[in-house]
Amino acid sequence: MPGFIQSDRVQWIGIIFSLLYIVIILVLIHRKKIKEEYSLLWLFSGLVFLIISIWVKALHYFSFLIGIAYPPAALFLIMLIAVILILIHYSMVVSKMSDQIKTLVQEQGLLKMEVDRLRAEKNRAGNQQKTVNKGKRPAAG
Amino acid sequence: MKKLAIIPAYNEERIIVSVIDEIKGFDESIDILIINDASTDRTGQVAAACGRAIVINLPCNLGIGGAVQTGFKYAARYGYDIAFQYDGDGQHIASEISKLVRPLELHEAEVVIGSRFCTSHNGFKSTLVRRIGIKIFKIVNSLLVRQWICDNTSGFRAYNKRAIQFLSSNYPGDYPEPEAVILLGRNGFRMVEVFTEMRERPEGYSSITAFKAVYYMIKVLLAIFMCALRPKIVKE
Repeated sequence: MPGFIQSDRVQWIGIIFSLLYIVIILVLIHRKKIKEEYSLLWLFSGLVFLIISIWVKALHYFSFLIGIAYPPAALFLIMLIAVILILIHYSMVVSKMSDQIKTLVQEQGLLKMEVDRLRAEKNRAGNQQKTVNKGKRPAAG
Repeated sequence: MKKLAIIPAYNEERIIVSVIDEIKGFDESIDILIINDASTDRTGQVAAACGRAIVINLPCNLGIGGAVQTGFKYAARYGYDIAFQYDGDGQHIASEISKLVRPLELHEAEVVIGSRFCTSHNGFKSTLVRRIGIKIFKIVNSLLVRQWICDNTSGFRAYNKRAIQFLSSNYPGDYPEPEAVILLGRNGFRMVEVFTEMRERPEGYSSITAFKAVYYMIKVLLAIFMCALRPKIVKE
């Protein structure tokens, strides 16, 4: 098969873009725009793309292994798998966050009610104190 | 025994005070907790202004499950012996509370479900879709908890201290009622169902419109099966 991806130009572009991609992710982590735990899948997929660009034969072996006649199709498959994994991971993160938000909202509601109640009790106690003092004043005078 | 009525309310400003009054009229000793689930009307203010209920205003809408769970947390923290769920839309009848609470006071059960159709005698009417849904839940849930539970969607339920404690940290989110039955049954809580009279909803709509019915069924059935597959939370 005279090369689809064997062409040097495509290989170089593949390597450059994979590296660029990894560097962008690393910079974003460095600037704290992405948390480490959310970047692992991105980095991992970048690494896979880099390996495939450097070692093009691997893609051919892989597509032969799973019975894909046209190796670039296998590349699309790998990219799709990477994106799906990342999206599933995001669903997990969103679910966890919505749980945490629920707990926070509940706690906030409970606390606000307790604060209001304490404030009302304090006011009432203050008012009682005033009326007691008022009652005492004529006797003292 | 300290009793708490947990009333989730979303945009019920016109009826909430009469719900409070009805419960207080039935039994003055019952504490009433209104969980205002980020209503866009004045439900929270109206309920607080009447001075006969404790009001928790949630800062954003959690849905019925999250709102009711807030009530369980309150009940657990303030040491209530019995808590019961009561709808804020006026469909439940306060005098029926005694039926709901009696099995708990006699220690016959830990969870009591007030059912609209435990016996043939009932005044309950519903749409076809809802009736089919209710039947499916009845069969699935009864198989999974090995106990005949007729009305899995009823929101009229009472719980003892142990159940309150459990639910305060484990309660499903949207459409929680059928899933809660499985959760409680799988974790070894003794449940009974009693027949209770209910009104046609005087105001507001069911949380389930016909349009959402299919989504509701699929979501809840998935949740139920997953819940049944998970290991027990309560260690015996």
